[in-house]
Amino acid sequence: MTWDLVANVLIAGLLTGMVYGLMALGLSVIFGVVRVVNFAHGEMMTIAMYAAVILFVGFRLDPFLAVLPVAAAFFVFGYWLQKGLINPFITRPEHSQFMLLVAVAIIMVNVLLMVFGPDARNLQVDYQLESFEIGRLLVDKARVYAAGVALLTAGALFGFFRFTLTGKAIRACADNHLGALVVGLNVKHLYALTFGIGSACVAVAGCMMVLLVDVTPNLGPAYTLLAFITVIVGGMGSMPGAIVGGILIGMSEALAGLLISPSAKSMFSFGLLILVLLLRPQGLLGKKP
Amino acid sequence: MNRRALVSLLILGVALLLLPLFANSYLLSVATLILFFAFAGQAWNVMMGFCGQLSLGHSLYVGVGAYVAAGLFVHLGIGPWAGVWLAVALCVALGCTIGFLAFRFGISGVYFALLTIAFAEFTRIGFDHLQWTGGPGGLFLKVAQRDTIDIANFRGPPAMYYYAILALAAGALALCSWLLKSRAGFYWQAIRENEEAAQALGINTFRWKMLAVAISSAMTAVAGVFYAFYYNNLFPEQIFHISRSIEIILGPIIGGVGTLFGPILGAVVLTVLADGITELLAAVGVEVPGIKQVFYGIVLLMVIMFLPNGIWPTLARKLGLVHAEGGK
Repeated sequence: MTWDLVANVLIAGLLTGMVYGLMALGLSVIFGVVRVVNFAHGEMMTIAMYAAVILFVGFRLDPFLAVLPVAAAFFVFGYWLQKGLINPFITRPEHSQFMLLVAVAIIMVNVLLMVFGPDARNLQVDYQLESFEIGRLLVDKARVYAAGVALLTAGALFGFFRFTLTGKAIRACADNHLGALVVGLNVKHLYALTFGIGSACVAVAGCMMVLLVDVTPNLGPAYTLLAFITVIVGGMGSMPGAIVGGILIGMSEALAGLLISPSAKSMFSFGLLILVLLLRPQGLLGKKP
Repeated sequence: MNRRALVSLLILGVALLLLPLFANSYLLSVATLILFFAFAGQAWNVMMGFCGQLSLGHSLYVGVGAYVAAGLFVHLGIGPWAGVWLAVALCVALGCTIGFLAFRFGISGVYFALLTIAFAEFTRIGFDHLQWTGGPGGLFLKVAQRDTIDIANFRGPPAMYYYAILALAAGALALCSWLLKSRAGFYWQAIRENEEAAQALGINTFRWKMLAVAISSAMTAVAGVFYAFYYNNLFPEQIFHISRSIEIILGPIIGGVGTLFGPILGAVVLTVLADGITELLAAVGVEVPGIKQVFYGIVLLMVIMFLPNGIWPTLARKLGLVHAEGGK
């Protein structure tokens, strides 16, 4: 094993990790504001991946263009999911919310299974096989572009929460639910908006991820777990934390795949999760609860 | 519990005892499955329903319990009656480790739930790479003669397994009803309702939470041993998978978290529902993979939306099995 190989693998892991980070960002935003853990997060990710495949096969739409309609559709879907289904559960105990979203997840996985069958689907674009050569490093083009879009989306989201009035209102809801109600914010609408935004994040991440891996319906639960790990490692509710967590998980997965075996890669991530939960339960960049 | 409930329970018990006399093998296997989930659900309910600690990783204890007993049996010829003790000891040690780490560091709620998932998944991948138990290829017990009863090695006809799991489920019910009325039960409920208040009253919440985890993991380990000897095959992908944990906890949640009969009723409803959907779809002639689970998911959604406290509290009041106020 040469250092070149290690460096190549680490960079690939870093770039994939940014896409993981964007997926986890969606979960983090939803949990940070609505205080509901979206157990159907990975399932939504796979739906976005299938959507990108369909748009590519049906309309020859490049995943980088498909991002826009898919994200818009997911925003609307997330908005109504929160408004119609989850809102009555906001005040119910955690296990009740958990059950609701598990039921949603079961339906999603199996509707995908009914429609697409269990076989893996993928799409092929010409730049998937090309790579950038930097010195002795080879970096896949598709991976670089995907990571770029993920970072751009995350940046746009930071801007939205920092500078726009709606973003500030949402942060107010997260900081103090009662206070937000008192000053007359429409909390239900803002919660739904947040869920929509989180869903749109997953949609973008899904469209990017389909360039890197094949999609099957059963990826859903695995991605849900991956998003949890990422968010907890980075810090629940912390936006930079989600990206940092994603990068860490991406790199540790890549390294474990190289050093031990690809099938053991998520063991590293779970090990990391257990360590973080024990030593720093609020996550690397999270605030003390 | 009033007299009416006691009589109903007695009739149910007698009916269950006589079931193998007139049930065919299909009905018996369904009943065994229901009792298995009732037992495992009861175990989970001790931790979540009584003490308020949400575990989403109970497949860990089922899996470790099953693998320990099966591994000893297959490799060393040690029967389950000895193996079950080691399985229980190991699972209690595991549960207490997780509990110790979590409770010492003040991890609770969602974070605790995710920690339990993490340990289960970690173990699943570990067993995938453990050659002693066959790795991902699985561990198989030799299927015994179905008509001779070998109590020492727990091999025999389906009716034997049925009576074993019936005894376990009944024992769990008795244990839980005793626990609920014991000092531990009251402390647990205090912790569940308001941990800070419980602590302020001088309850050592750490110790009592650990006790709940220990009892719950021990019971689940026994369920795991039963699983191994009833199904005769173990795969890490199946037994440690998060969907197994979800299967275990759906029963108590559907039936009613924290109630004594909720896990039993939930197991009945879910198993009958799943089998009913299969039969119905077969009768209509629809064979699309996944359609069964979609129906299942929709029914779950309906129950959780319209009966947030589970079916049992509502049903018990309607049937007049409990006095008006206490649904538990």
